[in-house]
Amino acid sequence: MSEDLILEAVGLRRTFHVGRRSSVTALDDVSCTVRRGTCLAVVGESGSGKSTLARVIVGLETAEAGAVRIDGNEVRPTTSRSRLRARSKLVQMVFQDPQGSLNRSLPVSATIDEMLRVHRPDLDRAGRRARLLELFAEVGLTERHADAKPSALSGGQKQRVAIARALAAEPEIIVLDEAVSALDVSVQAQVLDLLARLRSEKGLTYLFITHDLSVVRAVADDVIVMRRGRIVERGTVGEILDRPTHPYTRLLLECAPQPGWVPRRGVIEQLAHQL
Amino acid sequence: MLNVEHLTLAVADPDTGEETEILRGNSFSLRQGEALGLVGESGSGKSMTLKCLLGIEPGGARVGGSIELDGTDLLAARGEQLRRIRANDLALIAQNPHGALNPVLRVERFLVEGMADARGIPKAAAKARAADLLRQVGITDTERVLGSYPHQLSGGMLQRVVIAGAMSGEPKLLLADEPTTALDVTTQAEVVAILDEKRRQHGLSMIFVTHDLDLAAAVCDRLAVMKDGAILEIGTPDDIRDRPKTEYTRALMAARPLLHPAGRAPVPANGTEAHE
Repeated sequence: MSEDLILEAVGLRRTFHVGRRSSVTALDDVSCTVRRGTCLAVVGESGSGKSTLARVIVGLETAEAGAVRIDGNEVRPTTSRSRLRARSKLVQMVFQDPQGSLNRSLPVSATIDEMLRVHRPDLDRAGRRARLLELFAEVGLTERHADAKPSALSGGQKQRVAIARALAAEPEIIVLDEAVSALDVSVQAQVLDLLARLRSEKGLTYLFITHDLSVVRAVADDVIVMRRGRIVERGTVGEILDRPTHPYTRLLLECAPQPGWVPRRGVIEQLAHQL
Repeated sequence: MLNVEHLTLAVADPDTGEETEILRGNSFSLRQGEALGLVGESGSGKSMTLKCLLGIEPGGARVGGSIELDGTDLLAARGEQLRRIRANDLALIAQNPHGALNPVLRVERFLVEGMADARGIPKAAAKARAADLLRQVGITDTERVLGSYPHQLSGGMLQRVVIAGAMSGEPKLLLADEPTTALDVTTQAEVVAILDEKRRQHGLSMIFVTHDLDLAAAVCDRLAVMKDGAILEIGTPDDIRDRPKTEYTRALMAARPLLHPAGRAPVPANGTEAHE
């Protein structure tokens, strides 16, 4: 493996059973690599397998076949505390709904404190508080936000807390699953700026799961396009967004509202019959 | 055909009695066949404006100003008159189509009920018309869809059923509240195209609420930009995009991520030539 590659997924396969007889192949021989310090966007519609890929990569889901390697070491779901700790030091995840990673009855500082207890056993109580405020400053929040409960924060502020929580582990890789999709455009632009700044300052690597192609332009270096559990096209941002070759990628681009865009009929038929 | 003047909506805090203004004296009008987009971020009051038009504002809220639809004052309409206006003149397409359909009834009942019960069309005629309406929104296997329960259909299919239902009453005014936000981008393109085509064919007026400025620009004649309960400016999509009158509109346009920032070539128009 080239030392440039921090993340490598090879031949991943994952099937979900739906009812007694039918099953859905969420990942069908999916392989991808991410270079250290870059952002790989995984693009697809619902049911494409993009979130399953994210969950397998962070070890929340098991693949039936294939392997995920981070820094050359294979990642597997585990219940061993020391392995979980080692893995969460490598890869952290930020979800679409930040509420899920925050305890709604405690101030958000408690969530960060918990991360620091695990990952920075060298720090005492005062040290953790100081580190928390450092992390908050990095994501554009203040002490006032630290002592607030999640319900008192806006969507954008909660997503900043979720990013600070991920940073508390000082990971190499952050997997962002539709992390800016629920935000208003002005807030989304700010969070995208924040993610870009953190990446360049800390040399982070991102796996960015999204359905929104416009956001891809703003964050990614490389892109894979998924449909029904398979990767249909991969390339650099320029290759995928400006010179797509697969008909499905072209269709996705054609359907994305943009200045001068006109909706046209026949897309669903085209999907059903020609792709 | 629609004239809204100084529309205000205030909600009182149940404990303190303190009033919060949700809509701040908005005025706009709509011509026959025109589509107006209400765009803005969450909390700007765009959905609340639709709720006032339908008379479904939150309980205890105080609505002021006037809403006139073809000369009828909607805020003064009560009981039977309001029911008739809702049944005959207005149609709502909401973000979640599941909310429009009864989960334990088949699609056929949903469409036939709207025509037969609310508008007195004979049942047999309504049944035939239901299939025809589905074909008009691009559904070919009408028998299967009519016999399905809502949970058996995809979001895009259901939203087309809701559009068919909305069209069945030949309304004057379509109220679309983020109708494609929950759909995949390819499904959104199809559903928006169908909505646009049907609206133009029938000369319907529409108010289209969305957070997606480019989507609104594609289907609306004019856009109203809302912030904190106030309409900041109303203009054609080109005006709003290229000649914004307010700093907020300019910032909002600048904040949205662009698939093809200026200077980059868009996807060639013949990108799907092999499929057409």
